[in-house]
Amino acid sequence: MKYAYYPGCSLECNALAYDVSVRHVADVLGLTLAEIDDWNCCGATEYFSQDELTAAAVIARNLALVEPGVNQVVAPCAACYCNLIKVDHLMADNPAMGEKINQALAAGKLHYKPGSVRVRHMLDVIYEDVGEAAVREKVVQPLTGLKIAPYYGCQVVRPLTGGDDTEHPTRMDKIFTWLGAEVVNYPVKTHCCGGHMTQISEPQAFEMIRRILQSATSNGADMILCACPMCQLNLDAYQDRVAAEFKTPLRMPVLYFTQMLGLALGVDAEKLGFGKEIVSAESVVQSKLRPATLENTRS
Amino acid sequence: MAHSSTAKRDDSFLGEVIAETPGGERLVHCMQCGSCGGSCPNSADMDRTPRTLLAMIAAGQREEVLSSNTMWCCVSCYACTTRCPQKIPITDIMYALKRISLREGKATTTDAPALARTFTGLLDRYGRSFELGLASRYYLFNKPLSMLKMGPLGLRMFTRGRMSLRPTKIRQIDQLQAIIAKARELGGEA
Repeated sequence: MKYAYYPGCSLECNALAYDVSVRHVADVLGLTLAEIDDWNCCGATEYFSQDELTAAAVIARNLALVEPGVNQVVAPCAACYCNLIKVDHLMADNPAMGEKINQALAAGKLHYKPGSVRVRHMLDVIYEDVGEAAVREKVVQPLTGLKIAPYYGCQVVRPLTGGDDTEHPTRMDKIFTWLGAEVVNYPVKTHCCGGHMTQISEPQAFEMIRRILQSATSNGADMILCACPMCQLNLDAYQDRVAAEFKTPLRMPVLYFTQMLGLALGVDAEKLGFGKEIVSAESVVQSKLRPATLENTRS
Repeated sequence: MAHSSTAKRDDSFLGEVIAETPGGERLVHCMQCGSCGGSCPNSADMDRTPRTLLAMIAAGQREEVLSSNTMWCCVSCYACTTRCPQKIPITDIMYALKRISLREGKATTTDAPALARTFTGLLDRYGRSFELGLASRYYLFNKPLSMLKMGPLGLRMFTRGRMSLRPTKIRQIDQLQAIIAKARELGGEA
């Protein structure tokens, strides 16, 4: 199946591990991802805070650039995903607004018809389009013995979800059960990571980060898996400062769910961006996964 | 019929917020249940909880609402929106309040507007976000002392290949800038 691919700015650099692992996983699972040519930044939450019409027009340019004949776009970043859906709905629900957005797009000789591109998150594509049987069939390195804490965060499941439950999403849980991992139940899997608050007010952000890391730790997780670059960045890169701030030992590797999925599918760890995380996942991956099966990787 | 002791309520601010918010007409259905504040991960740091703020909008307390820090604590997690039994798009109301407050220069107690402006300034210029540019400009002009704390983090990100020293510019930046200019002309705010 062919999808337009909207990586978003984070996946170009700070979340490069997410980008490469998404692409490798897609390859193994037979999904064709065609990157939108010359896509632009979605503006995250920052444009909507200042100017709604410009925010929407900037986002709509990406939907307008999806090549004709392709009617779905995959966005691995939760903020990009949320913004693309938001604008598609805004244009459909409010034709006057849709018309203005198209007038703005026309200044760049572009046009977007609301509803013509379905926006998907990578998690939903794997759960719905690939499905259990096909994923199970491709597993060459079961994640047996590994305890993972699936972390959904906010914008993958709220407010305009792809179908998972907004209060108690389970799709990542289920995918990792298919892979043989033990899924840890912890109460904050949809709590907010703080988003851009790490830049604005550290005391606020650090408390939100602490809750998630500590909850996953006390419930016995070996690692947290994310479906969003902002979540990964906050939980991983600020972890030592949060530990110091709260005088509590924290050592929780935080990876993208596609990295561990890729490993289970037999993709080489280096190709999946392992080693780019600040809190290293190496020792836990090495000690938990049986060495014999680690050799089963696809070259 | 006895005279009402209550003065006629001024609905003009309520109307203004509704006009600024997609789906904002649901705002009149708020029944003050407090699900929003109870769901909000940041309500403890707000000077007013979302529930209080919605009541203040209905009461026409324009100045107090626009100078509140409530909407600037909102990180768009949408917990309130998905839980509101009256289907009020509270996150979008927070965005609307941010915009009105910014236009009138009332957001003076938070660094959030500076972060937003720096972020979109880079977007307008390159078409892509540029993390090092964002962090260095934002911290330098708003919280220079924090740069010391951010240094080690930046270095670790850089050594792991997670921070680029140069921005990426999209090929058709002229096209994007033409779209942005037209959107502003059509009623957007800079």
